[in-house]
Amino acid sequence: MSDIADRVKKIVVEHLGVDTDKVADDASFIDDLGADSLDTVELVMAFEEEFGVEIPDDAAETILTVGDAVRFLEKNAG
Amino acid sequence: MFDLTGKAALVTGASGGIGEAIARALHRQGATVAISGTRAERLETLAAELGERVHICVANLADREAVDGLVPAAEAAMGQLDILVNNAGITRDNIFMRMKDEEWDQVLEVNLSAAFRLSRAAVKGMMRRRFGRIISITSVVGVTGNPGQANYAAAKAGMIGMTKSVAREVASRNITVNAIAPGFIETAMTDVLNDKQRESILQSVPAGRLGTSSEIAAATVYLASEEAGYVTGQTLHVNGGMAMI
Repeated sequence: MSDIADRVKKIVVEHLGVDTDKVADDASFIDDLGADSLDTVELVMAFEEEFGVEIPDDAAETILTVGDAVRFLEKNAG
Repeated sequence: MFDLTGKAALVTGASGGIGEAIARALHRQGATVAISGTRAERLETLAAELGERVHICVANLADREAVDGLVPAAEAAMGQLDILVNNAGITRDNIFMRMKDEEWDQVLEVNLSAAFRLSRAAVKGMMRRRFGRIISITSVVGVTGNPGQANYAAAKAGMIGMTKSVAREVASRNITVNAIAPGFIETAMTDVLNDKQRESILQSVPAGRLGTSSEIAAATVYLASEEAGYVTGQTLHVNGGMAMI
């Protein structure tokens, strides 16, 4: 597992208060992890802070699962 | 009660009567204030008078670039933004049938769209810090209507609808969003009334007098305080009883 994936999962666990083993690559924030729409905005803000990137609104709308976030950040962070 | 020490506030329209009173009152309660307006000289006079914990952000809210720069500028100056007071407003009165597109557009732009853009910018940091107060100064005419002010009343009613919607969205993050609806207040906006108009207005005000800017400021201090944390989505009418809603 990549370092980025680890950091993403840590943020998701902390923010949504879910068990680490539930935070699978294909887990949907809203459908599987109990996030509401405001949580998804806050997750994006947390990713921006952690990785020092700006995630534009149109990109943010495509980040629906843990894997979506990891892939976006692998491509755009660092 | 109502101690605002350590809080950072941005007040738009602070070079006008009500905005200036609001800035003074928030400052008196201990807040750091960023005062925004179009008239730099008046802002400088106010800042000199208040002394410490004051930052000047000159901005014309008819200019979208200036609007978008305002919250970042206030956050940069104060380190954070806890309290946003959307107070800036203009009037372009005309009877409805003669109302120009420009008169409609200008009033909606400054009184409603700027409040939307500023609130959207401010709420991000507030969500992060799990504290925020957004207070929009609307008007009694946004609820009752007023001949000659279709544009102004529409903008002020729009503010109330926006306030309620945003309040629902962010309540769980300890951010409250409220409006204050002044009635007739002694300001430059009401100074233009002649004696006859003034008399007829006073007949509709049970309190028998115009309100003062400091009475609007006191309502703002209340809604900005920690103590008002359970009040959200509300419109607080400060109008001497002229409309009881």
